Amino acid sequence: MSVESHEGVHRHPAPTGFIRKYIFSVDHKVIGIQYIMLALAAVAVGMTMSLLMRLNLSWPGTHWPILETLFPTGAPGGVMTPEFYLSLVTMHGTIMVFFVLTTAPQGGFGNYFLPIQIGAEDMAFPVLNMLSFWVTFVGFIVILLAIFVEGNQSIGEWFAGLGPSFAGGSGTVGPIGGWTGYAPLSALGKVAGPGQGAGMNLWVISIAIFCIGSLLGALNFITTLLNMRTKGMSLMRMPLTCWAWFTTAVLALLSFPVLLGGGILLLLDRIAGTSFFIPSGLYVSGLLSGSNPNFPLHTGGSPILWQHLFWFFGHPEVYIAILPGMGATSHILATFARKPVFGYRAMVFAIFAIGLLGFFVWGHHMFISGMSPYSAIAFSVLTLSIGVPSAVKTFNWLGTLWGARIRFTTAMLFALGFVSLFVAGGITGLILGQSSLDLAMHDTYIVTAHFHLVMGVASIFGMFAALYFWFPKMFGRFMNETIGKIHFWLTFVGVYTIFVPMHIMGIVGMPRRYSSFAEYRFLDSLHPLVVLVSVAAVITIFAQILFYFNVFWSIFKGKKASDNPWEATTLEWTTATPPPHDNFAGVLPTVYHGPYEFAVPGAPNDYVMQTDVGADVPSGNGHNGHKH
Amino acid sequence: MGRVLAVIIWIITLLSVLLFVSGKWWFPAAISEHAPALDRQFLITIIVVGIAFTAAQVGLGWMVWKYRDTGSAADRAVYSHGSNRLEVVWTVITAVIFITLGLMGQSVWASLRLHDAPPGSYTVEVVAQQFQWNFHYAGKDGKFGRTDPKFIDDGSLNFVGLDSTDGSASDDAVTSTLAIPVNRPVELRLRSKDVIHNFWVPQLRFKQDLVPGMEIKVHFTANRVGKYELACAELCGQLHFKMRSFMLVLPEEEIQSLQAMPQEQFQARVQELLNQYQLPTYQ
Repeated sequence: MSVESHEGVHRHPAPTGFIRKYIFSVDHKVIGIQYIMLALAAVAVGMTMSLLMRLNLSWPGTHWPILETLFPTGAPGGVMTPEFYLSLVTMHGTIMVFFVLTTAPQGGFGNYFLPIQIGAEDMAFPVLNMLSFWVTFVGFIVILLAIFVEGNQSIGEWFAGLGPSFAGGSGTVGPIGGWTGYAPLSALGKVAGPGQGAGMNLWVISIAIFCIGSLLGALNFITTLLNMRTKGMSLMRMPLTCWAWFTTAVLALLSFPVLLGGGILLLLDRIAGTSFFIPSGLYVSGLLSGSNPNFPLHTGGSPILWQHLFWFFGHPEVYIAILPGMGATSHILATFARKPVFGYRAMVFAIFAIGLLGFFVWGHHMFISGMSPYSAIAFSVLTLSIGVPSAVKTFNWLGTLWGARIRFTTAMLFALGFVSLFVAGGITGLILGQSSLDLAMHDTYIVTAHFHLVMGVASIFGMFAALYFWFPKMFGRFMNETIGKIHFWLTFVGVYTIFVPMHIMGIVGMPRRYSSFAEYRFLDSLHPLVVLVSVAAVITIFAQILFYFNVFWSIFKGKKASDNPWEATTLEWTTATPPPHDNFAGVLPTVYHGPYEFAVPGAPNDYVMQTDVGADVPSGNGHNGHKH
Repeated sequence: MGRVLAVIIWIITLLSVLLFVSGKWWFPAAISEHAPALDRQFLITIIVVGIAFTAAQVGLGWMVWKYRDTGSAADRAVYSHGSNRLEVVWTVITAVIFITLGLMGQSVWASLRLHDAPPGSYTVEVVAQQFQWNFHYAGKDGKFGRTDPKFIDDGSLNFVGLDSTDGSASDDAVTSTLAIPVNRPVELRLRSKDVIHNFWVPQLRFKQDLVPGMEIKVHFTANRVGKYELACAELCGQLHFKMRSFMLVLPEEEIQSLQAMPQEQFQARVQELLNQYQLPTYQ
């Protein structure tokens, strides 16, 4: 028996005013959708930036009238300046990593579905949940201002009112430092050149704000999952999505405070004259530190300290981005394979192993940074070890598909795409994780290819899968499957065409973060590949218009969905579509089975829902088992 | 749909592998003693990676080709929660392969980074600054003149902050091109005046950050005479992409005669050699 939904019957009254219902809502479902909308806005900005970067790399010096209109200072005459390109690099990375890959997978889908999947009425701390979204939102506004404070004279002048550190309007378009913001470039201020003024201050502030929002969210996820599971929902009966969101929250809880601390120190170096990351005796732009009011005295700081703080956060962050995608993929694969997840326990252990090892490998970003060469060896071997649980997950996904009866929905296509891309992107970690090979590979395009495929595109595919899958539950209507499939084919082929050639560029030695390769003869032969990648990027980016159209059209016009349209097993499919304010209309469900009981021999349907009483499940996860 | 997806996955896999084995694009020819070992390790690794990538993609394609839903309610998937034996097998196998690769990958690193430069190495101090390289040579006396940031004056071309009152500074030379001997260990003492830069010569298979506030000593041995491009591989600001110089690998005699020259002559000769040598021809 599944829990019946009673439309309109709520034990807890839902808010009625527009503002409390949709804006400052404490309902985890509304907050989840807000996070997803934020990510959709952010990814549009980030993707547009990558489009502009590709145009510049392939067709340098071309006059683009649209650029001139949009960025009169960053692209005078419609031609991109090097500093404009670098600020695009910085903003693209920052927006994508923080405001897309950290918001949608966890804050978006996690927020919406974790409470429902464990049978809770809401998050443990609904007000905190609302705050975490709005703090993150403020962070997004600040990062957008970081683009314009320097590029736009009037915004720059307004900020000047806050003090000299915030005076902008210098003519570049945003901060320059990459998403990693290495000190002392990021710490010195305007003396270090374009992109180091007010925009960089706002960049640091935005990240600090983001850290706070993520911390609040992480606390909420952990508490909710540990304390609010419904009757019968033992830990080993949770969907793998919940394990992924939980582990992600633990990673966020332990890593974001380190970045927050680092960010505050960096900001102090920039505006309060401290020297956490700035060493003595610097001579920058013709000025000796301390010899000039524009360049005050700094002594005794360590640039490498910033890298340690940053990557202690930054490496777990890549797992924060991808673990929810792994969870969603496992969930969706099982549903459309019509088969239990292969090796559920191994999957749980693998998620934990990845999360745990993720804290001991940050040094592989720093092999050639000047840190101890002995520690490089430890970091390197640990890094290769993290491939083991990643491989275990892949084997289990393939095991899940073995003997399946696959239904090729758009969600399933994206989940299968996730597996393919995760392998393609992750496996080159075996190359980059070796300190010896890093001597050649560090900061070349093979790094760009590796992390874009695995933490960027694979994670995004996980989110595409999740959205096509859960959209009917969230909005009561399906996304259009035909448009969805065209979107899948174009994107799947597109991202491979973009990122596979980048590996080759890296092997040849092409450095990242170059606005032009014209200076270097050893890169000349790569030009055809550079153009190929750009053409593929343009097509793939434009294909995303289909996706945006599909989302917004389907919210209003999509085909109506029933409560359990995919014939799935977990609790979100036992309640109404879309779920009522308190998720289960006053009656919390009781759970009797593991999460993925498909194809149970003898059962009337090919799926047994977690709430089905009396179904004879021969080998549930940890319960009702041992009856072979 | 499953068959289409399988075929597309296989085509992508095939094209990706072809791109790597085509040989059209690869490392530029190596010119350092440690590079062949590094290239071999790279080759071994990429073969393992290639096999694993291909196996996983072909397997994935096979699953979606074979296990389509037949639309018949009676025809159900295999009911299986997994196999502990398989989990153990594939965990152990991947652990052995990955960790072996990881350990193998330390040998080149250890040979370069866990030892000091051998005695008799040719030493150059490298001082990077935003968008420019400075190479400081000890001169005839083999002793580097004292440097201090307070003497740095780019305006009067004292880029490295040489203390002119120090006797051993008088025969030192500073150039914007790196000149090193062939077949002799070279020690670079890397410093930066402002932000982090990175010393990168693709043919050397060698990178190292130059970190302000630190002096990082690294060494390698170049084994082919010639002129090579030197790039900065750590984002250092607006003109990062233009922070190019050259590395000249010269016969020992040439280095000896350079060493005996006063700075102006040294610089002029390096400039002359820079024009004389050609870059390697790339495909």
